[in-house]
Amino acid sequence: MKASSKKTFENKRMLKTPTGISGLDEITEGGLPKGRPTLICGDAGSGKTLFSIEFIVKGATVFGEPGVFVAFEEKSEELAVNVASLGFDLNKLIAEKNIKIDHIQIDRSEIEETGEYDLDGLFIRLGYAIDSIGAKRVVLDTIENLFSGLTNHGILRAELRRLFSWLKDKGVTAIITGEKGDGKLTRHGLEEYVSDCVILLDHRIENQISTRRLRIIKYRGSVHGTNEYPFLIDKDGISVLPITSLHLANEVSNERVSSGIPLLDEMLGGKGFFKGSSILVSGSAGSGKTSIAAHFADTSCNRKERCLFFAFEESPAQIIRNMKSINLDLEKHVKSGFLKFYASRPTMYGLEMHLVVFYKLIKEFKPKAVILDPITNLVTVGDSREVKSILIRLIDFLQKEQITVMFTALTFPHFIQTNPDEDVASLVDTWLSVQDIEYNGERNRAMYIMKSRGMKNSNQVREFLITDNGVEIVEVTLGPTGVLVGSAREAYNLEKSTGEALRKNAISMKNKQIESRKTILDAKVAKLKSEFELVKDELDRIYIEEQLRNEVAEKNRKELMKMRGKKS
Amino acid sequence: MTEGYLTNSEDWVNLDESLHYSLKLFITGASPNSARAIANLKDICEKYFAKKYDLEIIDVYQQPLLAKREQVVALPMLIRYFPLPVKRLFGDMSNEKSVLNALGVNSI
Repeated sequence: MKASSKKTFENKRMLKTPTGISGLDEITEGGLPKGRPTLICGDAGSGKTLFSIEFIVKGATVFGEPGVFVAFEEKSEELAVNVASLGFDLNKLIAEKNIKIDHIQIDRSEIEETGEYDLDGLFIRLGYAIDSIGAKRVVLDTIENLFSGLTNHGILRAELRRLFSWLKDKGVTAIITGEKGDGKLTRHGLEEYVSDCVILLDHRIENQISTRRLRIIKYRGSVHGTNEYPFLIDKDGISVLPITSLHLANEVSNERVSSGIPLLDEMLGGKGFFKGSSILVSGSAGSGKTSIAAHFADTSCNRKERCLFFAFEESPAQIIRNMKSINLDLEKHVKSGFLKFYASRPTMYGLEMHLVVFYKLIKEFKPKAVILDPITNLVTVGDSREVKSILIRLIDFLQKEQITVMFTALTFPHFIQTNPDEDVASLVDTWLSVQDIEYNGERNRAMYIMKSRGMKNSNQVREFLITDNGVEIVEVTLGPTGVLVGSAREAYNLEKSTGEALRKNAISMKNKQIESRKTILDAKVAKLKSEFELVKDELDRIYIEEQLRNEVAEKNRKELMKMRGKKS
Repeated sequence: MTEGYLTNSEDWVNLDESLHYSLKLFITGASPNSARAIANLKDICEKYFAKKYDLEIIDVYQQPLLAKREQVVALPMLIRYFPLPVKRLFGDMSNEKSVLNALGVNSI
């Protein structure tokens, strides 16, 4: 019982027809209302025709739903040529009976109206086209052209109303396009007839940079995103950028990735960044931000993880050449396909467009690490508030995809307050600050970690050097007056080593003296010993002589006694 | 049967003497508009240029492919293929004056 009631509820929910336009189906939670007409309106050149042709082509190629495209403006051949640049082969699809294009032309100059009429001709043509290929999708682009061809608008309006309900009866999902009018969505008020779903396309120029945007004005019976979404038209058709999940519920990883600089890893609790975290490297011009980023790129490529490098300042060739000078061979990673550069001038498109491009490339390339160098250049196309909102969305997206991202940002020494990276800093997980220290008539680089969420990190200001072997962070040198950098450190080290050498020298001298003193004493001892031996021998000899003499005397005496005894 | 099937201007001049009308009326079955259009058109033709015209009546329902080729949108529709230029008349032909005007009868 419960199951069946749930089923009827499911059935009552609006069915949707996916458009196949990347991003749009996410905003509309499934696509356009199935079996109903949708109005796409916008100014001339806002992408209405392209939008609708992609709907038809994707329907035929991806979803197996044949479609009819009724063109009131362009001929079939013109249309085929126009969309060939998007990689759609219309002629092939037409030959395969997946698509039918009907060009309806009304030439005002050869027309005379002579009384009551209706648009049965259009109905018959459309009906025939739909039935002949079993179409599920229909596009009428732009039906408003009828208003310029026919003067009796009373009839026309009645017929359009009939047409839209007829399309509903046919069960086809239709797109009707209309040009934007003054203060109205369409010039002739088509929105009155098509009331299920209305999408507005917009093409705005701000600061000489154009951005295309899309907004769903209404979608009866369905939830939908209500924001303006930027979209991009490129060689793959339309991509709409949905603002990603706004709830902060992304998965987090405990995995760590190396920064490519051993001592920096050590500063970050010994293991490096969190995987999927965002890292900001800020510093003044020439402080070595790009070099740090290049190390990060190099190390991810060495791990056989793909890395996408967005460069806004230098061309890829320039970066590769410059990094070679510090012994980082990025070229081999580019060749092996692990590293991809995407260089563009920030002014090429608006901020939103940049974001669309980021999304698209990231989805295509599927990197594990992304580098944006530098984000501050984006400020040239939008104010810092906008940049921040873009970065929030980008970070959010990357976090969801578990991609580690490194931004570099330029800090200007004199107006730090107006600096966007200060804003951005609150968003990122790890913030490395690279600074120039001007001291003792020279400029040295120093780095410290402003913050690093969720890990033990060093509070020390470290000096870092850009050497022939890449970026090296130097162990802290503590002199009597504090941390020493640059030549002061060198001088201190030198002094220290000189002192040591001298001391060593002195010690060895003393040792030698002791040694020679010892030799002399030893010699003396030996001499005395031999003298002693001599004296001892002499004494021994005298003693033995004495003894011998005594013995002999005794013997003689006894002999004498013996002899005397015999006689007496 | 295509538009401008007669493009040679000399022919046009020659035929102009007798001025023959080549007409084709597109209708949809037996709808009231269609019936009125046939009746009205026949009246006009007989009244103003009897025997100087040929008229073909086509039911678009029967020949939907023709609708595409002849750019049929509004119905009933009358196409004047000759005299040139090609003219299209929409409606039930109830407005006699505008029909004559469009067919160029006034200029005879």
